[in-house]
Amino acid sequence: MSSIAQKKGFGATLWDYLTTVDHKKIAVMYLIAGGLFFVIGGIEAMLIRIQLAKPDNDFVSAGLFNEIITMHGTTMIFLAAMPILFGFMNAVMPLQIGARDVAFPFLNSLGFWLFLFGGLFLNLSWFMGGAPDAGWTSYASLSLASPGHGIDFYAIGLQIAGAGTYIGGINFLVTIINMRAPGMTYMRMPLFTWTTFVASALILFAFPPLTIGLFFLILDRMFGGNFFDHTMGGNTIIWEHLFWIFGHPEVYILILPAFGIFSEIFTIFSRKRLFGYSSMVFATVLIGFLGFMVWAHHMFTVGLGPTANAIFAVATMAIAVPTGMKIFNWLLTMWGGSIKVTTPMLYALGFIPSFVAGGVTGVMQGAAPLDYQLHDSYFIVAHFHYVIVGGVVLAILAAVHLYWPLMFNQMLSERLGKWTFWFFFIGFHLTFFIQHFLGLMGMPRRVFTFRADQGWDLFNLISSVGAAFMAIGVIILVYNIIVTAVRNVPVGNDPWEDGRTLEWAIPQPVPFYNFRQTPLVRGLDPFWIEKQEGNKEGMTYAEPLSDIHMPNNSFIPFVMTVGLFIAGFGALYHGEKDWALPVLILGFAITFSSMAVRSLKDDHGFHIHKEDLMNEKGGK
Amino acid sequence: MNTTMKEGFDLAMMKGLKKWRLFSLLAALTIFLSGCGEEYLSTLTPAGQVGRDQFNLLLLASAIMTFVVIVVVIIYVLALVKFRRKKVGENVIPKQVEGSHTLEVIWTVIPILLLIILAVPTVIYTYKHADVAAMDHVDADGNKTAVTVNVTAKLYWWEFEYPDLGVVTAQELVVPTGEKVYFNLKAADVKHSFWIPAAGGKMDTNVENVNQFYLEFDKESADLKDGVFYGKCAELCGPSHALMDFKVKTLSRDDFNAWVESAKTTEAVADGELATQGEEIFNTSCIACHATSAEGTAGGVGPNLATFGDRNRVAGFMDHTEEDLKNWISDPQKYKPGNLMPQPKQLNDGKEFSEEQLDALAEYLMGLSIEK
Repeated sequence: MSSIAQKKGFGATLWDYLTTVDHKKIAVMYLIAGGLFFVIGGIEAMLIRIQLAKPDNDFVSAGLFNEIITMHGTTMIFLAAMPILFGFMNAVMPLQIGARDVAFPFLNSLGFWLFLFGGLFLNLSWFMGGAPDAGWTSYASLSLASPGHGIDFYAIGLQIAGAGTYIGGINFLVTIINMRAPGMTYMRMPLFTWTTFVASALILFAFPPLTIGLFFLILDRMFGGNFFDHTMGGNTIIWEHLFWIFGHPEVYILILPAFGIFSEIFTIFSRKRLFGYSSMVFATVLIGFLGFMVWAHHMFTVGLGPTANAIFAVATMAIAVPTGMKIFNWLLTMWGGSIKVTTPMLYALGFIPSFVAGGVTGVMQGAAPLDYQLHDSYFIVAHFHYVIVGGVVLAILAAVHLYWPLMFNQMLSERLGKWTFWFFFIGFHLTFFIQHFLGLMGMPRRVFTFRADQGWDLFNLISSVGAAFMAIGVIILVYNIIVTAVRNVPVGNDPWEDGRTLEWAIPQPVPFYNFRQTPLVRGLDPFWIEKQEGNKEGMTYAEPLSDIHMPNNSFIPFVMTVGLFIAGFGALYHGEKDWALPVLILGFAITFSSMAVRSLKDDHGFHIHKEDLMNEKGGK
Repeated sequence: MNTTMKEGFDLAMMKGLKKWRLFSLLAALTIFLSGCGEEYLSTLTPAGQVGRDQFNLLLLASAIMTFVVIVVVIIYVLALVKFRRKKVGENVIPKQVEGSHTLEVIWTVIPILLLIILAVPTVIYTYKHADVAAMDHVDADGNKTAVTVNVTAKLYWWEFEYPDLGVVTAQELVVPTGEKVYFNLKAADVKHSFWIPAAGGKMDTNVENVNQFYLEFDKESADLKDGVFYGKCAELCGPSHALMDFKVKTLSRDDFNAWVESAKTTEAVADGELATQGEEIFNTSCIACHATSAEGTAGGVGPNLATFGDRNRVAGFMDHTEEDLKNWISDPQKYKPGNLMPQPKQLNDGKEFSEEQLDALAEYLMGLSIEK
């Protein structure tokens, strides 16, 4: 393979992306696919708020509304937030630890395609008889009773996408454990790498319960299983446990990388080392651990009894302590620093009050007797949007601006970025703050309409107006991206000027083999150390220039995924269409033969020779 | 730790503590919150001890949390004002502080103390609100001392059975004031959740087990806007989840006893010629699912209609008028999608109900009453 820059046709580029195992290209694909699902989920959100803008509205029907809310939640969590974060983990983490690539580049590609085809499968339900309508939690008695194939699309689609996430999680774990550059000890890892590490560990333990739950659901709905059918000796509460044993850690899978992103931003734009680094690491690990101890706080009203409720209430409150530590450490990172309010920093500054508000309402809901009132009301809707939007989405938007130059060697417009922020931020608070009060005023969640004169009319209207502001913010962002891409002005490395970690040290555009020589890490914030010591070369290197071993591209992950996608339709129509069983077998045959080819065919990759490397200046 | 930082921090803490005492915060919050919402529906205007306990917990939690938010905001604003690059100079490299053990201890210990303050009442109320032992207490004659209601949630309506009194009703729960009322909660089809926001928190109605809890109601509902408290289904249960409302009528103990007596003895009678016609139609088309006597036990296919004329709503959510009633009967799927009531053609020999038939049915149903 030549590493010399050359113009490629559309077909060649497409083939390159279909077969790539390069973490940077996979990151771009995660970002594009996740961004697309984010827009779809956003449109669903707008439909919800239009329907609820006034009482007794008939903009969408009752059944369709339930499909929209289910798909909004499922899309945003599984197909937008997580994949976009995976995109940043892929783009940034290997560079932050000075690795050539992730540990398993082939699996990295497989993980992406599984997510994408799982997401496509789920969204095809809109065109094939109706989307799932039992909420993103899909509680068993309702999901078993739901007519049509919506829930089947949910169960199979999430199973496929979930396998991709699981593979991705394992890959990141192995990468961080094994592929750190010399000198990059655990306690010198940047916070974004740390949070990727802990979030990946959470994926490792949290996704199996979901997988089991989804398999039970698939068996119940398509193959006559009776895991959840109480009339046949099953139990619906088991689904709730399985779902939340996954579902609560899932919240931390999303928020921990967000914490990581903000930790990077606060240090860069305060020009200061992260305050209390070791306690930040400790808090991250502790949050990850406690995240598995609190799932039943989603089930306070199920009737588990006072002892279970009391234990889970206290455990839930305990999580506030390490989270509080983080907040104060960020504040003290700013304290005594030199704060420059760029777009990413603006998001970080917006994050603090938003997330604190989301956190404190979380503690309120941890108080079980109070939760009996708040549970399944609009209060909880407000709370989790404060955490997910005020935490995760603000982090994602911040990271889009922060890492855009790293990923594309261009800078998004700061002016437009700030416009996006203000529209989105004001819209966000307008939409969700008032929903706390709607909940306290007796409005249940997931209602497709409400009658006038229950005291909810005005607040719902305000909430809908806020949603429009958020939409405008996102539209400005899309415009910003298009304009920046068209303008295509290269910015080089360290465009924020105060980059501290390794990813800012690498030349732009990033060569496909990453660092030509693996850097030597001499402390926390290695790039900052070199800059302070006036190192003109960028980094100190740990090895002489030598041949680089690289993996070959592969089309097998794509084919493997297509097999599962086909098998999904076989399972979905099992017992209903004659062709279902052959299709199921065909799909699995494709997947298993791809696996056989991969196992039996030797693929040793290739080497980039030292001589070629010496002639090269920058990227591909 | 650098000294300016410490000074600024201490200053912020002192200011915060002086300005915002927990107590005055509580008072301000109470006034602010109780201005919100409708008395018959809002959790902020609790109508009984359970709701009041939960409201007090809300106030305590809000006060603690407001305190936390204020402390964070003060440090945040000070940091932002004092350390902007414009102010500290473009080329200044700040001191790279590693951290501070003292501060770490402070912001670990204080939150733990605040959480303990919240955790103690939380645990106490958790046990208190789950205590249903008095449900089975009996007096000297062996009669239960407390009123127990068996609630069955169905797609999309509520059945209320009084097992010790031999009475069953639907859609409108009637309870005595000034005492604990106990509930056995169950769902007949899919999971629902039983919630009377003004009286207290919700409890799920599961399909496989019976949940138990209690609520209390201080005052009679007659003075409220509609003469009833509002009840809601709080768990997504299908297309018409939003329409699965019920109402709660609270009566003094004497009035409640009279209501029970009347429920047991009143027979459904058609008053007048039109109502008699309605009764005939009802007896051929409707009676297979709908009982018209309140004496009996739970397990109705459709809601018990013995108290229909006394109710506040048609089908749980439509206005209680003959017009709405006729609309409802002539096309239940249009108004409450996914509900299990048959369409008219399935009941009336394949034909829609005629206007006369609907008039007669409405006349008959509106006359079903145990209170008049």
